[in-house]
Amino acid sequence: MSSAISITGLSIIREGTTILHEFDLEVEAGKILGLLGPSGSGKTTIMRSVVGLQRLTGGAIKVLGRPAGEKSLRTRISYSTQDASIYRDLTCSENIDYFAALQGDVGSSTDEILELVDLSRNRKQLAATLSGGERARLALATALVGAPEILILDEPTVGLDPLLRRDLWSLFHRFTHEGKTLLVSSHMMEEADHCDELVLLREGAILAKGTPRGLRTLAGLENMDAVFISLVEKP
Amino acid sequence: MNSKRTIASARRVLLQLKHDPRSLALIIVAPCVLMTILKFVYWSQPQIFQHVAGSLLGVFPMLVMFLITSVATLRERTSGTLERVLISPVSKFEFISGYALAFGVASAVQAIIVSTYAIGPLGLKVIGSQAGLIFVAILDALLGLALGLFVSSFAKTEFQAIQFLPIVLLPQLLLSGLLAPRESMPRILGDISNFLPLSYAVDATKKTLNGQGSITNDYLLISLFLVFLLGAGSLTLRRTSK
Repeated sequence: MSSAISITGLSIIREGTTILHEFDLEVEAGKILGLLGPSGSGKTTIMRSVVGLQRLTGGAIKVLGRPAGEKSLRTRISYSTQDASIYRDLTCSENIDYFAALQGDVGSSTDEILELVDLSRNRKQLAATLSGGERARLALATALVGAPEILILDEPTVGLDPLLRRDLWSLFHRFTHEGKTLLVSSHMMEEADHCDELVLLREGAILAKGTPRGLRTLAGLENMDAVFISLVEKP
Repeated sequence: MNSKRTIASARRVLLQLKHDPRSLALIIVAPCVLMTILKFVYWSQPQIFQHVAGSLLGVFPMLVMFLITSVATLRERTSGTLERVLISPVSKFEFISGYALAFGVASAVQAIIVSTYAIGPLGLKVIGSQAGLIFVAILDALLGLALGLFVSSFAKTEFQAIQFLPIVLLPQLLLSGLLAPRESMPRILGDISNFLPLSYAVDATKKTLNGQGSITNDYLLISLFLVFLLGAGSLTLRRTSK
């Protein structure tokens, strides 16, 4: 299988602190790769690097065969940030309309996108007055505009109720059936089972890599939290 | 350049203004109130009102757009929307043009209302054309936008951004010829004022008002300042960060 994202020897040093050191990662096209780890483990930095927002100290990143951040990739990759990066003084539909216009108004309509994240009845509501979970969904929705081939989603399901989380994961799987690639981060281990492949991170280094089943077998445990703890504490 | 993305950005900025009726009212009402106060302050000296009020027509758009731009772009930087927009296909030029277009429209509306109010009820005499005044006001607004964009990169909070107003604009205001003609200032102040964009904004407004003197040079210099400041401002919009 071909790689949609290929990270080799990535190093990031921020204000004297090493965030990532000689980090390597391949994300297979058409799959969901989950970056799991506690906060501060480097998940967001990896995602920002892939999108081209992070200045690299060393190493290289190829996205769809092109250097990360290259202009030609901007319609092909989308990014939903952890803190909802939306215009709070615009309504839900105005936010979507704007980001869709920047992408060239291709792909799903504003109504369809709001439907996907269950915000149809909030379409005329100002983003500032949305609840935390609704705001997170609106931020996710802005990453669904256009026709991206790769979606980088930083903690997309945080603060959402189980029903909506289930719906979103089934949406993410639908995306992979359409050939899209997803890089998803989470600090919640119970999200792990939805991913095709997992990378467990700790302090910028890969603790373990594999399918959810593979990691369970490796640790000899069923519960994902327990798997993570056992891998962290492994001598 | 893709004009659709520029127009979408301008539309977005105007929608944000529309959802903030209080700011919108301040843009229009505050200059009118200040003009009225000025009229009463110089009730017995109409020639001073004529001089100061005329110059102020060129100052308002720059002042207001400076404030709005520095706060708006700072908010874009801190809320993450700027990064979010810059990883989309939009270019920095299209993004800034969107702001310029939106604030150009807003300042034109401001200039039409304020100048009509000053000329009508307040009795400000215009020998030149009102259309000329509105054109100068739009240029002044763009100057304020460029300065605000540039300055906002040096501020970390909205509170800091506001602090730049007295540092960046007040000296320009004092030296612009609003309070005393630039020719009558000590030579060194006059020389300094030659390097400040607001001086030419006030000059252009006064010349348009009095219908005297050539404005071409002022337009040219304001445009030069604009290009330089917008260029400097666009350099502060960085896609990547440490």
